[in-house]
Amino acid sequence: MVWKDEKMKITMAHGSGGTASHQLMEEIFAPYFHNPILDLREDAAILSMEKGNYAMSTDTFVVTPLFYSGGDIGKLSVCGTVNDLCCMGARPQYMTCGFILEEGLSFEVLERVVKSMAGTAKGAGIRLVAGDTKVIDGQGGLYINTTGIGRIPEGRQVRGANLAPGDAVLVTGVLGEHHATILSHRMNIENQIQSDNAPLNGLVEALFDAKLHPKAMRDITRGGLGTVLHELAQSSKAGVLIEEEKLPVSPAVQGFAEILGLDPLYMGNEGKLVVVVPWEERERALSLIRSQELGREAALVGQVIQGEGVELKTRLGGTRRVPPLVGEGLPRIC
Amino acid sequence: MKHPQDILERLKRYDGPPLRIMEVCGTHTAALFRHGIHSLLSPKIQLISGPGCPVCVTPTQYIDRLVEIALTPHHQVWTFGDMMKVPGEEESLSQAMGRGARVHMMYSPFQVLEEAAENRDTIFVLAAVGFETTTPIYAQVLKEAEERRLENIRLLTSLKQITPAMEWILSHRNTIDGFLCPGHVSAVVGWEVYQPLAKAYQKPMVVAGFTGIHLLQAIDRLLEYQGEGVVFNDYPGVVSDKGNPVAKSLMEEVFRPDEAVWRGLGAIPQSGWYLGGTYGKYDMGSFAIRKDKKLPAGCLCREVIIGDNTPIECAAFGKNCTPESPYGPCMVSEEGACGIWYGRMRK
Repeated sequence: MVWKDEKMKITMAHGSGGTASHQLMEEIFAPYFHNPILDLREDAAILSMEKGNYAMSTDTFVVTPLFYSGGDIGKLSVCGTVNDLCCMGARPQYMTCGFILEEGLSFEVLERVVKSMAGTAKGAGIRLVAGDTKVIDGQGGLYINTTGIGRIPEGRQVRGANLAPGDAVLVTGVLGEHHATILSHRMNIENQIQSDNAPLNGLVEALFDAKLHPKAMRDITRGGLGTVLHELAQSSKAGVLIEEEKLPVSPAVQGFAEILGLDPLYMGNEGKLVVVVPWEERERALSLIRSQELGREAALVGQVIQGEGVELKTRLGGTRRVPPLVGEGLPRIC
Repeated sequence: MKHPQDILERLKRYDGPPLRIMEVCGTHTAALFRHGIHSLLSPKIQLISGPGCPVCVTPTQYIDRLVEIALTPHHQVWTFGDMMKVPGEEESLSQAMGRGARVHMMYSPFQVLEEAAENRDTIFVLAAVGFETTTPIYAQVLKEAEERRLENIRLLTSLKQITPAMEWILSHRNTIDGFLCPGHVSAVVGWEVYQPLAKAYQKPMVVAGFTGIHLLQAIDRLLEYQGEGVVFNDYPGVVSDKGNPVAKSLMEEVFRPDEAVWRGLGAIPQSGWYLGGTYGKYDMGSFAIRKDKKLPAGCLCREVIIGDNTPIECAAFGKNCTPESPYGPCMVSEEGACGIWYGRMRK
């Protein structure tokens, strides 16, 4: 829809629950979000669910800027929750979303975000079944919370505590793309770097379809690979040894990171996973991930070892510890 | 040129008298760890992190003054991220933000120009901390501010020169056997500035780059030239004998050298850069900052900076002094010796 008056903005009235709220619902949300569950317009969604284990996750998105190369807050808010679910081996099924809009936000911006969310959710096969909107004073900002749920098929046991010495550690693609994109926008640096934000449930399903046995998976977001591996090592009371030479980083991100004194090991992604598989499955897992559109640059980066923490073998053959990220890194990246 | 494999072998097998090599550049400290160089050297070769982290040698009163400014109406402090958590006498900038201090984390000081042009009723105070790599950048910012008649920009400076600090260490302690001279600072000042020091104290010095091979070659040279007062430039693509004349003249146009206070070392003559002449009006009273808090009991930051102790020899290290809750200045910055060692040592 094209807004005739481009100056149309969100006001406090749109959060009042009255006619303005109704207008927002009818004109912006309803055209994009509709399915048999949502269309009932009840106070809560009614879901019929199979017996079994479910994964559930919630995440709140405060990224700035709202739009960036390769994505936007709407797409991100769906991918973030979908990826959290599939890292537990779940098939994402339903999600809810809560919007917090600041006064002054333009309808046009909101519509673009909503449209992007709806498209991403459809692509990922997750249904949006409930939502809420609140308006607060401010300067046209926009924040989204999403909560998702999905069933874990029988037999899947994916846990952060599953790492055992000998297991292979894979990443599904190049590191740091989302982080570098957001930072480039904030610093007004023009480059070809694009955010990798993408839903990864298709890739994860392909692993299980191929009868592989992922033991642990994590999406590499804030804190980057270094921090994620620390969490896994800690949960499993094991160590992880990675090789500098094998870490996949694009030349553009590598150059960007060097100029700014950043380390791609600590830069976040929004469409990459760490996948830990038994050592004997490493080659099959790697070629399968590489056969997927979202995993073409996957790499085997290291191995689980006895001990604790994360160690890195440098190109010169030296070793060093990789500490977890301390402090905030880059705020409002997701 | 020697083959890297031969250098690696030689450094690993070295069994001569113990050697203490000091690097005086935070980026070198970080690069040495990043490439795992410590793990490749004989235990007889010890690498010591000197006063190369500008944040770590900034006196506490400087932070207190920044906090005070950030709490003053119509004032905003602009700083790089690494200053945010440095503790002052009472609190750090990030703690002060919790009670309304206006602090902006910048990526480039040039960003302030647009902001200052658009908000003429706010005074923007840049926390200008660094060595000769940073000083010319601030000089250029002020030249542009002057051209654009932006009267609402100020600098609170804690800008320093590295050679007077090296001299201080050599004259107060004779425990260092050679220096890795900074790569980036030398690109500005040139490698010849180290010659008088090398000669006077009969110590080899090597201007080094930042790749693993660069660093190994430099250490190998220091080994080879023990006891000789020579300077080598092993970063020739970037560093020349006289440095960068444009950056130097820019620096000298806007700043003048004078005594500066170094945390842990005290006052060192002619070791600081201060705004002068036409540009004096942009100063926020930087020369008045002289006071440095006594380091907390048990903190060895001073000994670490001058190379008497390594970070792990400090009783507070990793116990009540961590990057999340730093006790002394060397733990605060990502480029501080303790901060870097902490990351490496933590199990």
